[in-house]
Amino acid sequence: MFKVKYFEYIRTSAVIVIALAIAFLIISLVSNQPVKTIGIFLFEPLSSKGHIGNVIEMAIPLMFTGLAVSLLFRANMFNLGAEGIFYFSGVVTSVLAIHLTLDGWLHPIVAIAAGSIVGALLSAIPGILKAKWNANELVTSLMFNNILFGVGLYLLNYHLRDAKAFANVSYKFEKTALLSKMVPGTRIHTGLLIVIVLIIAAHLFLYKTKWGYELRMTGINRNFARYSGMKTAKVIILVHLIAGFIAGMGGSVEVLGMYNRFQWTSLPGYGLDGALVAMLAKNNPISVIGAALFLAYIRIGADMMARLSDVPSEMISIIQAIIILLISAEQFLKFWKNRMLLKEAKEA
Amino acid sequence: MNSLFDVIFTTDFAFSVLRVTTPILFAALGALISNRAGIINIGMEGIMLVAALAGVIVSSYTHSAWVGLLGAVMSGTLIAGILAFFTLKFKTHIILGGVAINMFASGGTVFILYLLSGDKGSSTSLASKVLPSVEIPLLKDIPVLGPILSGHHILTYVSIIAVFVVYYLLNRTPLGLRIRSVGENPHAAQSVGVSVVIIQYMALLLSGFFAGLGGAYMSMGYLSLFTRDMIAGRGWIAIAAESMGRSTTVGTALTSLLFGTADALSNALQVLKIPAELIATLPYVATVIGLVIYAVSETRKKNKKLKSPLVK
Repeated sequence: MFKVKYFEYIRTSAVIVIALAIAFLIISLVSNQPVKTIGIFLFEPLSSKGHIGNVIEMAIPLMFTGLAVSLLFRANMFNLGAEGIFYFSGVVTSVLAIHLTLDGWLHPIVAIAAGSIVGALLSAIPGILKAKWNANELVTSLMFNNILFGVGLYLLNYHLRDAKAFANVSYKFEKTALLSKMVPGTRIHTGLLIVIVLIIAAHLFLYKTKWGYELRMTGINRNFARYSGMKTAKVIILVHLIAGFIAGMGGSVEVLGMYNRFQWTSLPGYGLDGALVAMLAKNNPISVIGAALFLAYIRIGADMMARLSDVPSEMISIIQAIIILLISAEQFLKFWKNRMLLKEAKEA
Repeated sequence: MNSLFDVIFTTDFAFSVLRVTTPILFAALGALISNRAGIINIGMEGIMLVAALAGVIVSSYTHSAWVGLLGAVMSGTLIAGILAFFTLKFKTHIILGGVAINMFASGGTVFILYLLSGDKGSSTSLASKVLPSVEIPLLKDIPVLGPILSGHHILTYVSIIAVFVVYYLLNRTPLGLRIRSVGENPHAAQSVGVSVVIIQYMALLLSGFFAGLGGAYMSMGYLSLFTRDMIAGRGWIAIAAESMGRSTTVGTALTSLLFGTADALSNALQVLKIPAELIATLPYVATVIGLVIYAVSETRKKNKKLKSPLVK
């Protein structure tokens, strides 16, 4: 019943089971009513329409960044810059949402387009540096995260900040700029449609076009791809542009869908979460949906748990760390795969 | 402009440069050792954070700052050990492993802090200890140099000594030679009987050790308590410093000092109305520029080699 071709699924499931088991263990150690707390963690996100809505709202930005990182990882680019781009594009979109006056439907389109294009251009910088001079894209993208955060925070504090508000937040967005809600009783916004369309487009791009094929081949072996006549430098720059566009759009959509002022005074973390989503999805665009929903589910579960019981929600970051460590571990359960291979070879 | 010079050309400013350089220097030395062994440890930020919390907790329960320091350093080494176990044994990607460590640290420290003190923001309710500052006899009486160099936190002196220790370790000891050879060409090292995995384990553990010292300094010296996300990017600046310093001990130490100066300047430059947010990005901008200059010159060198008729 256990076939080698299902191995990756089995392994991903095993990682999730282990992570949840550790979550239960932590809860049992910490909580006075472990059974009740575990129940809240597992089932509270499904208990009402509003809570299901929370899961989907949380999944939207994770899908954006997860998709962006998936494409980069697919091209074997270790770029973690989605974090800074998500933040900075949010700032750019906020500027337009505050200062522009446009018709209802045009306003969000212009604001989001601006955020996405800025994201694409910023993302291209590490891409060009990598493609032309082989500068380590990981280090440059990590540095860019901090640079973009600094500049974004400066814009917030010095140019967008509403002195009348009591917190460190921007002026209110124009009503026309906000994305409309799709499901009454929840805050699920039209960003969901946008990201689903993007995911399908990315799937088609990756598996049905010449560019997508070159991207995958470059990811598997850049030298081989180059020797077979592909322009790998172009591919690398292209994937950076696309990923930056998607991550930037994610930040823009999140800002206009969920808030009416810009209020991130630290990096929101969705970029690095995107790496986790990409790993769970095995860098597959369609699987990003499920991976993002899963991550959003356990996060909302942890939030509910913190509200209704005595276990703080920060537990979730321990669980996330375990998932990352195990899911990218090539050797984890490898012995089992080898055994299955051996058995199948014998049977054949 | 004059008011700026009034701030900078004081012994107080020079003193504060050394004070803010200490945690960056520790972590940069740690990053240096693991990088020389061919593994980029981007979990420095997280390791420092865990160590900072461990120092506070252990010192408050044992009522001893020194035992607290030991706890901090051991926890830093332990976290690096976990990272090493996963990356070297289970072949987890080292970068993703580092991301996991940082994620674990930023939430996990708050989780543990809340369980122990009921507070998610800071450790004010834990009576933690602080390591002492040291007045150096004779030196402290010298004008100008005395007030700059004497009276620092003990770990500040340790960090300066650590530069020499790391230099000696990497360049003059058999372990250092192995670390460098593993980093430069693991296959060659393996072929002459060096165990790559063991050397990389040791390098990662050492990087955790130094990050642990940096973390201890943050909560038992720089401040006298633990606060949420108190490392505030110093782990990243350290990685930047190591990268700018071209993975040499002297270069890393000097860039750490440079970035420390920039950090200290960010307060001084506010006199000139330059926003602190932008000043804070300077180390990262400098690193990107340094990286690009290096990458361009390397590519040129390579192209020259390819074109030169002597090399076939």
